[in-house]
Amino acid sequence: MENVNLKINGLNVTAPAGSTILEAAHGAGIRIPTLCWLKEINEIGACRMCVVEVKGAKGLVAACVYPVAEGMEVRTNTKRLLDARKRTLELLLSTHDKKCLSCVRSGHCELQELCQELGVEDEDHFAGERNHYEPDTSAVHMIRDNNKCILCRRCSAVCEKVQSVGVIGPNNRGFATFIGSAFEMGLGDTSCVGCGQCIAACPTGALYEKDNTDDVLAAIADESKHVVVQTAPAVRVALGEEFGYPMGTDVEGKMAAALRRIGFDKVFDTDFSADLTIMEEAHEFLDRVQNGGVLPMMTSCSPGWIKYCEHYYPDQLAHLSSCKSPQQMFGAITKTYYAEKMGIPPEDIVCVSVMPCTAKKFELQRDDQYAAGVPDVDISITTRELARLIRKVGINFRSLPDEGFDDPLGESTGAGVIFGATGGVMEAALRTAVEKLTGKELEKPEFTEVRGTDGIKEATYNVAGMDVKVAVASGLGNAKIIMDKVRAGEADYHFIEIMCCPGGCVNGGGQPRVHADVRNFEDVKAIRAKALYDNDAAKTIRKSHENPAIRKVYEEYLGEPGSERAHQILHTTYVKRTIN
Amino acid sequence: MADKKAAVPFAGTKEQEEALKKAIDELKGEKGALMPILQKAQDIYGYLPREVQKMISDETGIPMEKIYGVATFYSQFTLNPKGRYRISVCLGTACYVKGSGDIYNALMEKLGIVGGECTPDGKFSLDACRCVGACGLAPVMMINEEVYGRLTVDDLDGILAKYE
Repeated sequence: MENVNLKINGLNVTAPAGSTILEAAHGAGIRIPTLCWLKEINEIGACRMCVVEVKGAKGLVAACVYPVAEGMEVRTNTKRLLDARKRTLELLLSTHDKKCLSCVRSGHCELQELCQELGVEDEDHFAGERNHYEPDTSAVHMIRDNNKCILCRRCSAVCEKVQSVGVIGPNNRGFATFIGSAFEMGLGDTSCVGCGQCIAACPTGALYEKDNTDDVLAAIADESKHVVVQTAPAVRVALGEEFGYPMGTDVEGKMAAALRRIGFDKVFDTDFSADLTIMEEAHEFLDRVQNGGVLPMMTSCSPGWIKYCEHYYPDQLAHLSSCKSPQQMFGAITKTYYAEKMGIPPEDIVCVSVMPCTAKKFELQRDDQYAAGVPDVDISITTRELARLIRKVGINFRSLPDEGFDDPLGESTGAGVIFGATGGVMEAALRTAVEKLTGKELEKPEFTEVRGTDGIKEATYNVAGMDVKVAVASGLGNAKIIMDKVRAGEADYHFIEIMCCPGGCVNGGGQPRVHADVRNFEDVKAIRAKALYDNDAAKTIRKSHENPAIRKVYEEYLGEPGSERAHQILHTTYVKRTIN
Repeated sequence: MADKKAAVPFAGTKEQEEALKKAIDELKGEKGALMPILQKAQDIYGYLPREVQKMISDETGIPMEKIYGVATFYSQFTLNPKGRYRISVCLGTACYVKGSGDIYNALMEKLGIVGGECTPDGKFSLDACRCVGACGLAPVMMINEEVYGRLTVDDLDGILAKYE
């Protein structure tokens, strides 16, 4: 690509033609503050935080959308600019609910940080008319409090452009503008899939998950309850960020130690039930292939994807694997097999899950998720909530020792741990399905073609004389591309993995928030996923069907994968929904 | 500014629906088709109720929220039908200083609707307008083509009673 030469703050800078001033400045180590800008997602130049002076240009220009040109002279930090940015913040604050002390975002709010940085001294500098909104609590998983909204549109851009859902957006005009749904529907009445990517995109405290940490503490305080916890694969490679570890640090051992100190009776691992999912899903896949079942078969681990399919492709539900998600399988096996083994009535067990996901809060309330006549999972909290819980009970996370999970539902393989990244479920399933089909041990367990953060990946594997064609998609916008092909009968895949969030669960809507300054320039999903693949590579057992605890569950309780009992406990059904 | 749900039940005809579908078919491939589709829809129905926006969403694949966002952004679009008697109160400078704001507020109270809406029986709709060119008669309102000038709040009951 051609380069252009320009001057930024007097420094000679070279940047690719077509890049923006903001990108060129970043390349030269100069930070320009932003609020509304999310790279390739929300590039609307609206918030005016990134204004810069360009010699010869009329007025101040928005660096996030202004392209560089040969010989351009740019200033990013003159007094005039700093004053302009401060004034913009004061105007935003004039109709902002400034209850920062009790705000979930306090301490890592992008608006708050900028106010500090630019020296806003009087948050009521412009005291005028204020908008007042009733927070929208209608969705199962989250709350929208428009009193904290700055109308940056990062949430609605993600919802529409990345996830192809588009149930939120700006309504009305001027001072009356607010972000909401059509005809003022509550989010819970729309076809929102619950992915929480809007929460991850929000710079302020306007969007946040419904907090269930007090429910967890109440369950632990109730001595009549046996409280078990399960942690999803992706949680361990992101939780550390909340405690100052670099992105991509695997804190599995400290996480297990923290959970034990919070007071859970048993600290188990969703990786175990990920292995269980593979046993059932690989069996289901082979059964469909060998007995003329509906193909392509699609994975069913991601509740956001499931709800999306139910709303937007209700005519395609037969493609979905009937397997419950690992979260639900875990709860189901806890309240049947484990309850029986321990002699505890299922109604006295409280199953808590820690998930990188907000849609899991919805999933646990679905019908047909009651293997023992009580809900499989009782409480689901996000990675962010776990961090909050750890702080709340006064645990010094960084000084914890590394501990392991409890038996028997804490034992897992490398196949289970990679479930948290796009392509991971496919790879884990292939490790088992290929060995089952060929009856031979794989030379190497890696299926690298389905790895990586591309939105859509395809591969063909020759297995026992048959070409197995697979596809992997993450982010619902990519799922839509695949699903339109499937609906049109133009897809000849056998097996498709779909994860709702871009990059998979490592980038889930319940993961620690990543500041836009980082998110815009780092590949968050790749960094976190690498930690999962490293965790897998370090394991001695890397195939689900070789997990001794899994073998034991089948021997002692379930019989064979796909058995009647396995179906009763580990499989589920789907419903048709409409687009709202 | 457009308002919330229309209180008047939707009564679209088969012919209107066909006309809308034809218009959508002609326009939907084009970039930026939503605006002309909404304009056409408003020509056909007189307003843009939920049912019409839903039809547009289903036919084009554009999310409802996007359509609603555009429909509520532009003042040319209305989510409410017009009544048999369309009341426009002038809030232009001359009328306003002569108290047309009070007239407007009193009408909202008497009719039980806010500006931009229509009474549930479809009889009266209320809008604010800018100068009607009768500043000498300020404050002024119009009901359909009839102009009422030098109004006081006390005149309103008598005037409304004339419309059956």
